[in-house]
This record gives sequence, C-alpha cells and structure tokens, in this order.
Amino acid sequence: MSRYELRFSGAGGQGLITAGIIMAKAASIYEGKQAVQSQSYGPEARGGASKSEVIISDGPIDYPKATTVDALLAMTQEACNKYTHDLKKGGILLVDSDLVKTLPEGNFKIVSFPIINTAKNDVGREIVANIVALGAMVALTGQVSRENAEKAVLSSVPEAFLELNRKAFSIGYDKALAASA
Amino acid sequence: MAFDYDKWIRPGKLPHIWCPGCGHGIVMKGLIRAFETLQLKKENTALVSGIGCASRLPGYIDCCTLHTAHGRAAAFATGVKMAKPEMDVILVGGDGDGTAIGGNHFIHACRRNINMTYIIINNYIYGMTGGQFSPCTPTGHKASTTPYGNPDPGFDIAKLAIGAGATFVARGTAYHANQIDKLIVEAIQHKGFSVVEILDDCPTTYGRRNKYKSVIEMMNRLKEVAVPVKAAEKMSAEQLEGKVLTGILYKEVKPDYTSEYAKVIERAQAAK
Amino acid sequence: MSKKVAFLQGNEAAAQGALYAGCNFFGGYPITPSTEVAEVMSIELPKIGGKFIQMEDEIGAMAVVLGASLAGAKALTSTSGPGLSLKQELIGYGCIAEIPCVVYNVMRGGPSTGMPTGPSQSDVMSAKWGTHGDHPAICLTPASVQETYEEVIRAFNLSEKYRTPVFVMPDEIVAHMRERVVFPEKGEIEVLERISPTVTPDAYKPYDTSCGDVPPLAAFGSGYKFHVTGLNKAQDGFPTTKAELVQAEEERQVRKVDANVDDIVHFEEYLLDDADVVVVAYGSTSRSARFAVNIAREQGIKAGLFRIKTFWPFPDKQIKALAGKVKGFIVPEMNLGMCSLEVERNAQGKAPVLGIFRVDGEPINPDQILAKIKEVK
Repeated sequence: MSRYELRFSGAGGQGLITAGIIMAKAASIYEGKQAVQSQSYGPEARGGASKSEVIISDGPIDYPKATTVDALLAMTQEACNKYTHDLKKGGILLVDSDLVKTLPEGNFKIVSFPIINTAKNDVGREIVANIVALGAMVALTGQVSRENAEKAVLSSVPEAFLELNRKAFSIGYDKALAASA
Repeated sequence: MAFDYDKWIRPGKLPHIWCPGCGHGIVMKGLIRAFETLQLKKENTALVSGIGCASRLPGYIDCCTLHTAHGRAAAFATGVKMAKPEMDVILVGGDGDGTAIGGNHFIHACRRNINMTYIIINNYIYGMTGGQFSPCTPTGHKASTTPYGNPDPGFDIAKLAIGAGATFVARGTAYHANQIDKLIVEAIQHKGFSVVEILDDCPTTYGRRNKYKSVIEMMNRLKEVAVPVKAAEKMSAEQLEGKVLTGILYKEVKPDYTSEYAKVIERAQAAK
Repeated sequence: MSKKVAFLQGNEAAAQGALYAGCNFFGGYPITPSTEVAEVMSIELPKIGGKFIQMEDEIGAMAVVLGASLAGAKALTSTSGPGLSLKQELIGYGCIAEIPCVVYNVMRGGPSTGMPTGPSQSDVMSAKWGTHGDHPAICLTPASVQETYEEVIRAFNLSEKYRTPVFVMPDEIVAHMRERVVFPEKGEIEVLERISPTVTPDAYKPYDTSCGDVPPLAAFGSGYKFHVTGLNKAQDGFPTTKAELVQAEEERQVRKVDANVDDIVHFEEYLLDDADVVVVAYGSTSRSARFAVNIAREQGIKAGLFRIKTFWPFPDKQIKALAGKVKGFIVPEMNLGMCSLEVERNAQGKAPVLGIFRVDGEPINPDQILAKIKEVK
C-alpha cells in the first residue's frame, strides 16, 4: 500500500495546521492522489503544542490519523520530544536548528536548518516560516511535485502575499535539498 | 354598537382557563381592540407566548399562534420575524416566564431592537404552578415559596427593558382597561422592540396570601398606585413614593434588527 | 464537464451540504468544535438572501430555528455536547410540535465541559434519550468529509419528509479533518421540499393525518393560520388531555419514523458474506475498523465491517440477522459503551459482543481493533 504519513508539529500560532492543509491539498486536488489532513490542538489560540497530520495515498484512506510517521517536522524542542516516538525506521525528521538543540536518537534521517531565521532573513518575513517549512517537507518527501505544491500554496494564501509565499516556498525547498545533501 | 370581540376569538375555545377575578381577560380584550384598530390581518399576525397563565392567551385568538416552551417566546418569535419580516409579531406572557427563565431571551430581544411587541402581564407571581414568588414579587410579600416574606428585591420590568435597549417601553394596568389598547396600538406601530408591561392581579395565588380581601381591593390598589407620566411631572418625590408610572415611559428611534439584516444581505450580495 | 471539487473540513462541508439542501436559515451559538459551520453560514446565507443569527444562548438558538421553520424556512443549527444538553428542551418541542429542522452536533468529550477539542462519540444516546418523553429519533453519523456533505442533505430531506428534527452527529475527527469533496451538480442529489397542505386555509388542521402519518405543514405568513403548542395536542393543533387522543398522537409521532426504517436506515456492509468476526462501527472509528479488517483478512482472519450510517433508528434488523451467523461482534467506540448496548440488545445472546471503549480524547487505532478481532475464537 502506498500510504505515506506526514506530521507537522510545533507551537500553536506557527501556522503548522495551514502547512499541513496545503500539503494535503497539493496531493488531493493537484496531484490526483487521495489525502486526509487532521490536527490536534489545545485551548490556546497561540502557544501550546500543536500538530497537523497528513496521510497521502494512491487509494482510499481509512484511518485518518498517523500510525507510523514517514516524515516529521518539529518546529520546537517540545514538539520534537513529544512526537518523534512513532517516526518510522528510515523516516525523515526535519527540525529548526535554532530551536531544536537536542536531537533524538533513532534510525531516521535528520535534516536541520534555521527555518524561522530563513523566513526572517532570506524571505523577509518571519510569518511565512510555515511555508518555508512546507517547501522543505515537499522537497524531502517527494510525495507531491514542486509545481503542484506551489499551486496549492498560491491558491491558499491571500492575493497580496502571493510573491512572498512563492519565495518562502522556493527557498525552503532549495534549503532542504542543500541541507540533506 | 358594542365592540365585536368574537371576530378575533377562536370559535369553541372559550371559556378560558383564567380564574374569576383575574385581569388577563381584560388584557386580552385590550389586545383584540388594538388588533382591530390597526386592522391587522390574521394570516399575517403571529402571536407568540411562553408558559404560564398569560401564555395561554394566544390559544384563544384567531391568528397564527405559537405557544412555545417556558421563557422561550422571544427566541421563537425572533425566528418567525427573521424568516418573515413582513409579519406582525406580538409576544405575550407573564412576569416569571419573561424575566426569570426567559430573561436572557428578553434582554437580547431588547438589545437587537427587533421589530416585535412584547406584552408582559405582571401579576407578581407564578400563578399556574400555584403561587411561587417571581422576580417581580415585591420584597417582603408572601408566596408559596416565601412563607416568611420574600427576601428578594424585585425587577422593574420597564427599567430592565430600557436598560437592555428596547426602544419603546410603556406600562398600564388591568384596572385602566381603556388605556391598554391605546398603549398596544402605539407599541405595534413603533418600529423596533416595544415592551408593554400591564400590571395585573392574581387573587387566587397572590391576593389571598397578601391579605387582599377581594378582587375589588386588588383592582383598587392598581388604580391607586398608578400615576400617568404626565401627572408625575408635577408631583414631588414624596408624593410619588409607592407609586408606579403608567403610559409611554420611553421612546426612541433606532435601526431595527430585520432592517439592519436586510442591509447585511445587500452588502453580502454586493461583494459576491 | 468536470465537477467542482474542494479540499474542505467536515464542518465546512456540512455547511455546504446544508446550502445544497436549500437551507436558508441558521441560528446558533459559538461552541468548539462546531463553530466553523456557523462561520460559513454567516458568510454564505446572506449572499442567497437567507438569514443567519447568532443567539444569546444554545436554547435560544434552538428556539429561533424552530420559529423560523414554522415560518417556512429550512433551518439548521450546529452545536456540540454541552450545547446539545441545553438544546434538548426544545428538541423535544420540535418533536411534539413536528417541526422540521437539522441539528448538527459535533461529538466531543463529556459529561459537562469535558474535552472541548478532543474527539468523542458519546452523544449518540442523547440523540434518542436526551429530551424527556417518548419521541421519534433520527440520527446520522457520517465517517468522511464527503459523507458529511451528503448526509446533511439527507438530514434535511428526512426532516421534511417526516416532519421532525434530525440529528447529524459527526465525531470531532470527522468534523475537523479535511478531505477532497466532489460537489454534486444541481439536481444530482434529490432535495425534498416540505409537504404543504392542499386544503384551503379554513379547512387546514396542522396535524391532520387523513393522508398518512406525516401531516402537511403550512408556514406562518402563507395565508394559513393555526395554533402550535408543546402540549399534547389534537389534530387541530389545540391542547387536549383526552386519553385516547394523546395516546394515538404520541404513537403516531413515533410510528412515522419506526414504520419507515427501511427508508431511513442506511449502512454499509464490508466483507460480511463469510465473516466470522464483525466489527460494528460508525464515524471516524469505522475508518480504523476498516483498516483493521483489511489487515485481519491479509492474515487469514475472516473479519468484516458493518458500518452504521444511520445510528437512529438503529439497524436492528441487520444486526439481528448477523447475530445468527457470526462468532462475535467487536464494537469500538469513543465512549464507555453505547452502541455496544444496542448491538448486545440485537445479538440476543447469540454472539458475544466485545467492546473497545476510549474516552481519553485519542482515536481508537487499528491495532487495538485488530487485537480484539483476534480474541474472538
């Protein structure tokens, strides 16, 4: 079966639920696959642990939540500690190198670069860190094409911020490839 | 020629459930005269009530009548008015129904200033359940659940309505029968949420516990305590002690809810 | 021509389904995890000339919906556990006064405030037993975003056809997850309209059963005038305490649903033909169940899934028939045993019923169900 599981985790307010939605939309609407996105969150609108899960498959998806995760994004140390336990052997862990200092041990590939600082310094706005992370996840997982993912990004953000998000996505994509090489 | 009340009474639905000496029938007649004065169309008039003696009134009137659950008249009526803003929607109910269990719906109907008229018949007591104290029972008075005298302060329904945003507030009494229809006519004509409080008696469950010897004595009390707002202007605070103002107590022009929502529709459709 | 598709959350799909069904009135009160329905309706309804109102409380929201429906609107409210508890008073009113409307309730944990952002399936009994007195109950439990869209349409149809409030109860997972929705073309899914009276206003009785158990309902403001009450009533709508009338009316109200279970009860049978072990599941849990059943089959275990789509009326006939053929039922649910009671009632001791109950805010995963399947000998 082609089931592929991604988890976007971090703190509430970092836009990770949005990143998950765009990933799932890219697969489901543009890539012609099937996808389910779900999330869990606490009562806080900002802060607190937050995760968004995306299941991508060529066929129908039954269980909508993660079983063993193929690729995990952790944008905080807390999220990294909390959500690495069910990462698959040989899976991918992407972390923000400024925020996740203690890396877990395990049989998986760790990719790390300063995601938030990339958004702040290279793209120009910290607020698009989630799209930088999304670009990186798209590059690392290969579940959807770069073109389809970009289409999903552009159809999900306000018109005034198209260029900003296109740039964030692109830089995230390239940085992840460089960091994992 | 005598006024023909039967025109608005549903055939076969009388006698009503109210006790001898209860003033609810006086209010009902005032309501019918008001409907007739305004030439309301039965098919276009919704009369909505909650639960209690006063809330049985719609059952006797020949129009679209909705006898809802305890305290919920204002919320049901809001649904009718929103769905059919062209209908005349009138609510009727008692003091317990409207200001206790239905208090939240009442104040929010006032706040929205939705174009409906609420006639609250205030007899200071839960009559139907046998005379328990209501939020309008005066402090110190007796009810079946205040055997040692009521410790609670009571609501002033008119002040409550004004404070909550109603744009027409009037008060009458069951004794001043000829004034009732006039107040209701003005209330229905007012565009916005209008409240008419009618002070009434309940000889069965309130009067006998509070040393009223007869219905006449209760009616005379209503006559004595009522002071028209105009007359009150010339009276001193001392003279007004223990009195209740009657007539139109408050009136202002403000946008009403269904008209405002019509603008929401316009804005939504313009943006489409 | 390719159909319109969108990537939507369950709650968003519910709102879109309601609009497809002709819903033109929404009354609600904010509550997690159902608020997205209200948000979408507040945007969409005024665009089509419909009405949205946020009420002062949950009871008011139920009242305003019933009032609007009596004035001819197709009306929706959305809520969740604590709000459902409050609405029960007037859901009973809707049942006895026979007022069509749809109550969309997202199941979160309870009792009381419980776990507002966690999933649960613990409101299913409230749909049948929540309001006092005997009354008909229809409750649909969708398992996907597409199905939520379609079941909300079906709920509106059933509410009009049977003149009664209808529940749609997704669990929080279904309500908040996102999937692709393929929108049907206009006319592709049948939309039922209210059965209006054919008699003149003078001859109209709001509970006239001369044409069957579901009396035609006129709208306030449409030329008809009549009385509606929450008291036991006679066919003319006025209160009665005549024993034989009250008994007959109560029985009819329940019968109009019970006599039509074949029309109302929808379900899915998956790999049941030769199944020894049948998982009975609904909502998001049925997705875990299908996953587990597939793995069990790969391992040579004859497992199958009976997926409940209509929770009320309960698929009694189908479970009874299975009980004579299988070695055991597994009932996974996010409560401490609700559906399992119904399965036990229908199994009549012919097959054991093993429950998997979770109320910790976590979904029941396929491994748990697979392990339980293996317990059935």
